[in-house]
Amino acid sequence: MLSKIARSLSWGLVAVGLAAGTGMSRESGAAQELRIGFLAPTTGIFAQIGKDMTNGFQMYLDEVKGDFAGAKVKFIVEDEEGKPPVGVRKVEKLIRQDKVHMFIGGLLASTGYALAPVSTRLKTVYVASIPAADDLTQRDSAKFPLLVRTGWTSSQPNHPFGEWACEQGYKRIVAIAADYAFGHEVVGGFQRAFEACGGRIIQKIWPPLGTIDFGPFIPTLKKDADAIFTLMVGPMSLQFPKQLASAGIKKPVLGGGTSYDEFVLPSMGDEVIGHVSALQYSAALETPRNAAFVKKYREKYGKVPSYYSESNYTTAQMIHEVMKKTKGKWPGAEQFVKLLASIQLETARGPVRLDEMKNPVHNVYIRKVERKKLHGYAKDELWNSVVKTYPNVSQFWKFGKAEFLKQPVYSRDFPPCKFCE
Amino acid sequence: MTMDNRRKILMVVAALLAVLVITPFSGSYVIVLVTHALIFGILAMSLDILLGYTGLPSLGQAAYLGMGAYLTAVLATRYQFGLDWTFWVVVVLGILIAAATAAFFGLFAIRATGVYFLMITLALGMCVWGLAYRWNSLTGGDNGIVLPPRPEFGIELADDVTYFYLVFGFFAVSLATLYLLVRSPFGHSLVGIRENELRMRILGYNTWLHKYIAFIIAGGYGGLAGVLWAQAHGLVSPEDVILATSVDALLMVVLGGPGTLVGGAIGAGIVVFLREYLSTLVPWWQYVLGGVYVLTILYLPGGLMGLPERIRGSRMPAAVAGEVKSLPSVSH
Repeated sequence: MLSKIARSLSWGLVAVGLAAGTGMSRESGAAQELRIGFLAPTTGIFAQIGKDMTNGFQMYLDEVKGDFAGAKVKFIVEDEEGKPPVGVRKVEKLIRQDKVHMFIGGLLASTGYALAPVSTRLKTVYVASIPAADDLTQRDSAKFPLLVRTGWTSSQPNHPFGEWACEQGYKRIVAIAADYAFGHEVVGGFQRAFEACGGRIIQKIWPPLGTIDFGPFIPTLKKDADAIFTLMVGPMSLQFPKQLASAGIKKPVLGGGTSYDEFVLPSMGDEVIGHVSALQYSAALETPRNAAFVKKYREKYGKVPSYYSESNYTTAQMIHEVMKKTKGKWPGAEQFVKLLASIQLETARGPVRLDEMKNPVHNVYIRKVERKKLHGYAKDELWNSVVKTYPNVSQFWKFGKAEFLKQPVYSRDFPPCKFCE
Repeated sequence: MTMDNRRKILMVVAALLAVLVITPFSGSYVIVLVTHALIFGILAMSLDILLGYTGLPSLGQAAYLGMGAYLTAVLATRYQFGLDWTFWVVVVLGILIAAATAAFFGLFAIRATGVYFLMITLALGMCVWGLAYRWNSLTGGDNGIVLPPRPEFGIELADDVTYFYLVFGFFAVSLATLYLLVRSPFGHSLVGIRENELRMRILGYNTWLHKYIAFIIAGGYGGLAGVLWAQAHGLVSPEDVILATSVDALLMVVLGGPGTLVGGAIGAGIVVFLREYLSTLVPWWQYVLGGVYVLTILYLPGGLMGLPERIRGSRMPAAVAGEVKSLPSVSH
């Protein structure tokens, strides 16, 4: 009997010992190794976006052969499945077991809100390349000293977009957008700027995230509106324009950037031609830097880069830039954040610098979907042609930082729909 | 029989001691994983009371975990309650609120059996998920709630090893109390209901009440797991309450061996480690986990806890698979 207990005990010891061993062995890496943890959904409904994210970062790494100014980059990708709790668990693994210097990514805004506190708790740098939740670099910024955003805030491109809508002479617009934080913030930004220049949002409709049958919603859109503002994500992006067209609605359609992102654009049909959206990137940007980026990316991965690819490519570029300054030495988390926040760079999306709350200041492009030939490709394809550029847009737009931060974060009920009929 | 039983208890205690002694010296990630496994162990054991002992396959156990977890998160963020010694109050409240939820849900669920019970608990579980997802003002909706750092009251729970000890303590107490429960006359009547409810009713037992009480008790332990989970993870999200969590709990029990209590805990340990380690190694880890489940159900209907008996059975040429259970226990 005793021997039996001893036997099972020893098995347990071996198992735990093995587990512990794998945890420890990474500790003694070379001093010049830069360990980067990367979170992207590689399974589940967002797997394709996850691939775009990873590909973007990987392509930059391949370009420099995994060498950031002498530091050998160890790039560890973890599957966050598009779920915030899974993201948290993977970050725990990346930090505790792989001892990463920083972690990057996460897809959804909610994942961003979940990961940022982990960076504070475990004292590790978090570079939010995709999660666009406004408050990470606004009202909650002080809670996350080790967070840097290289992507955008949800409302950022939609402030100038609201102004642009005024310039087009639109007076009355109806909004229909996915019912979650990202949707609320996109619509909120647009509404605030649009109403500041005299426009009116006369109706807001919130279909649940993941809606694919818009039958109950489309007929309720006010007939006398000048235009429709929409924000769709994932499979919703594909379905909404189709069903809008088949319902015979020919009003101008404006949309948040992800509604027409290059990730989904090739699968769309002619119904989206003429739709206008705003984002800090378009694959159709005709700068030599972007043309080269698009061609290289397409050759390597067989598709046009989306903003998900660009944002992570640019993030890699920015980290490289920091490592150049430190000559390949890891400067410590706080110093790294400081250096990264002071970067000014020419990137595929245009010039980028970060504001004092560590969110990018960059161009915002108003983009119209057109079918045309571009970048020397022979076929007619759908592209997000840039029709207007707002240079160096900050997350606070023209409202001023102090005044902007005084208002609550954009939500379902803010700004209030005072012109709703 | 008693000899055999004492040996089993000794083995469990030895295994627990091994975990207690070895874990603090492992890598910090392993400590976190063991803590997670122990918490899910409590959840799986609570489910085992229903599935293994009473024969009620519940697909809604995540609801009680969710109640405990959301209560902890809401109290901590809105009322700054439970950040010091009041943590113990939160533990009690978490158990109570989950038990109360179970008491309410039980009114609908207990009248059904088999697949119908499965479907009703599934639907009720989804109701809790729906609340978590849509009641934005209270639960933060899709974003969930991020908790402040763990409580401090002389003991610093923020330290992962300390928190492991705490969870371990709760796990041990849960295991002991549940063991006493299933060994009690009440526990025996639950097994009787599982085996033949009609006969129990004819014998004069109020089987509805017995099942109802078992349901509430299971809910209470689920709530305890929820409180611990919220503090362990630092984030409560609708994803924690989703159907997949209930299914995981069910599979942990099936994998370990229903009707054994310890089996659920072993299953929890295996699932947590397999999931977290495998998913970092290969993208097709879900197939492996699925394969393990299928193989267990096909070849080990008694779960991993049934393994020793099975091996013993195969050693004896006379034993036929079907007769394994009726073999007298042999002591070596």
